[in-house]
Amino acid sequence: MILAATGPEIAFWGFAVVAGIAGFFVVGSRNVVHAALYLVGVLGSVGAIYIVLGAEFVGWVQILIYVGAIVVLLLFGIMLTKAPIGGVALDNNQRPVAFIVAATTFGGLTWIIWRTFGGTRIRLSPTRTAQIGNSLFTHFVLPFEAVSVLLLAALVGAIVLARRD
Amino acid sequence: MIDGIDVLIMVIKVLVVFGFLLVSVLLTIWAERRIVALMQQRIGPNRVGPFGVLQGLADGIKLFFKEDVTPTNVDRSVYFLAPVAALLPAFLAFAVVPVGRGFHIGHRVITLHLVDLNVGILFFLAMGSLMVYGIVLAGWSSGSTYPLLGAVRSTAQMISYEIGMGLSVVSVVLWSGTLSTSGIVDAQSGTWFGFVPRWFIIPQLPALVMFLLGGLAETNRAPFDLPEAETELVGGYHTEYTGIKFAMFFLAEYLHVITTSALVVTLFLGGWRGPNILPFLGPLLFVGYFLAKLGLVIFLFMWARATIPRIRYDRLMHLGWKVLIPASLVWTMITAAMVVLPQEVNRTTLIVVVGIVFEVALIVWLARLTTTALRRGRLRRGDSHVV
Amino acid sequence: MSYYWQYGTLGALTAVGGAFVVIAFLGNRLMRPRKPRVEKATTYECGMDPVGEGWSNTHIRYYLFAFLFVIFDVESVFLFPWAVQLEKLRPQGTVLVEMIVFIGILAIGLLYAWKKKVLEWVK
Repeated sequence: MILAATGPEIAFWGFAVVAGIAGFFVVGSRNVVHAALYLVGVLGSVGAIYIVLGAEFVGWVQILIYVGAIVVLLLFGIMLTKAPIGGVALDNNQRPVAFIVAATTFGGLTWIIWRTFGGTRIRLSPTRTAQIGNSLFTHFVLPFEAVSVLLLAALVGAIVLARRD
Repeated sequence: MIDGIDVLIMVIKVLVVFGFLLVSVLLTIWAERRIVALMQQRIGPNRVGPFGVLQGLADGIKLFFKEDVTPTNVDRSVYFLAPVAALLPAFLAFAVVPVGRGFHIGHRVITLHLVDLNVGILFFLAMGSLMVYGIVLAGWSSGSTYPLLGAVRSTAQMISYEIGMGLSVVSVVLWSGTLSTSGIVDAQSGTWFGFVPRWFIIPQLPALVMFLLGGLAETNRAPFDLPEAETELVGGYHTEYTGIKFAMFFLAEYLHVITTSALVVTLFLGGWRGPNILPFLGPLLFVGYFLAKLGLVIFLFMWARATIPRIRYDRLMHLGWKVLIPASLVWTMITAAMVVLPQEVNRTTLIVVVGIVFEVALIVWLARLTTTALRRGRLRRGDSHVV
Repeated sequence: MSYYWQYGTLGALTAVGGAFVVIAFLGNRLMRPRKPRVEKATTYECGMDPVGEGWSNTHIRYYLFAFLFVIFDVESVFLFPWAVQLEKLRPQGTVLVEMIVFIGILAIGLLYAWKKKVLEWVK
């Protein structure tokens, strides 16, 4: 299987590069809606990477939730504001600070991941949805229920913030 | 092992699916115009080709040769991207629909199914959620008030009904125990009493009704065609589009109708399955069954358009959030309860009975909501708002 | 057929779709007439001169619906692996209850939104 041996690696690097470049433009673009679209590129590529690594359920959920719901929410948020199309450069003078924070975070995360998984080799094999169901509903019941409480809190918070009464 | 012939088969299948979708869009446009015309005592397009069947093609060619007017006020890159973003997910979604029984050529199995993902249903829903982008980007990038309002309206409508649609699919997944479209079609094989096909329309009728409602709203079709309400918003989100870019939106809308109908066939009408009455036709017979069912569901979409008047926006949101989502949650729980019942209980009979009760309750509830809404509407006339 | 083969096919379909779009746009560029005029390039407002900047803030309730959508979308995603495994996990007995609790908590949220009249469009 020539395709299965080298294809996934090529695909992985391809999507990783796309995600990196798009991530750069999320921060770099002067227009918020363009930034949101680059974010779609980042999140979509991450979803594709999940799929390449065999986690197809997670991959499609990533696209369904992040691309299909959360970025849409961001766009709605942008439409709430008085930000007419294009033109206005949204910027401030905190670039050096932002750069230091971002670089530190990036370096820290890279270091941690490298230290933890540096020499690990994984075997690529697709995960079935049934396996996710099994572990979620037998081993991770409490976190699963906690998610619902978290979602409820978020919902109530949004309503309280958006309404005056 | 994968060899050159496999690649060749894949390429042929991809091209066939693509060609099929394009041709069926053209036919659907023509059929819709003819059928709606007949229902309204008109004749409809009958000049281009026999019975006017080439009308869709003629319109497409016309749009292809039209001038491309790009207003000065647009955001050019996003304006260009929006029709593409509308088109691609609409026809990718069809990839997971099985269209016929697999067959052998020599020792090679040819499946009539482009991609058989383990999470086919999830893929379909993901593509549906991406459909929003074409619309919201078109509205934003046009730099014009009408498209913007149309797009925001349309997006809010689509996301509201996406939930109800997704939840009604969950009960089908519960009943069949798989997320793969081919698995769901397989779960619908066989018959009851030797002649009633085991299609999910029988045990899952409420889910079908809710899925169709959600599908109508997701595709922005009448009676949920508010995004394009020409009396209010000129043309809605695609007001500023002309020529080939407009054609892309048009194509995307009809593709969306076709893929949604194809999923209805797969989930509820047994996919390509049917009695093998003409064995000499081989796999063609089953493709024929699939196409016949697909045509029937598309006809339902047209029938709704010709019959039901456009629903007001506040009622639309009401229906989506206060009827469809609670009802589909309740139905999911009912189905789940049936699935965990002990094996001795005949769960199919039970769910059919419960399903009928549920349907009646839903209709009564809807009727009550409509009448109260009407009564309120009479008290506070002229209180409908656009934004 | 293997896992990666399926996704390769999907990629091929995407490529064909992309090629279709590119060919359509390029062909249109070669074929279409080009007679630009200032009036044509103005924003369309039914023949009147356009008013304002072509922007209007949307109402906060759209945002709230989008927010509710995110919450319930996340919920429906959790329903899928559960729906696949429910019948097989039946001997375990509590799987249905776990989901009823999960949905129940979120249903409280929907009920709260309902009572707070967030779901009302006309106020």
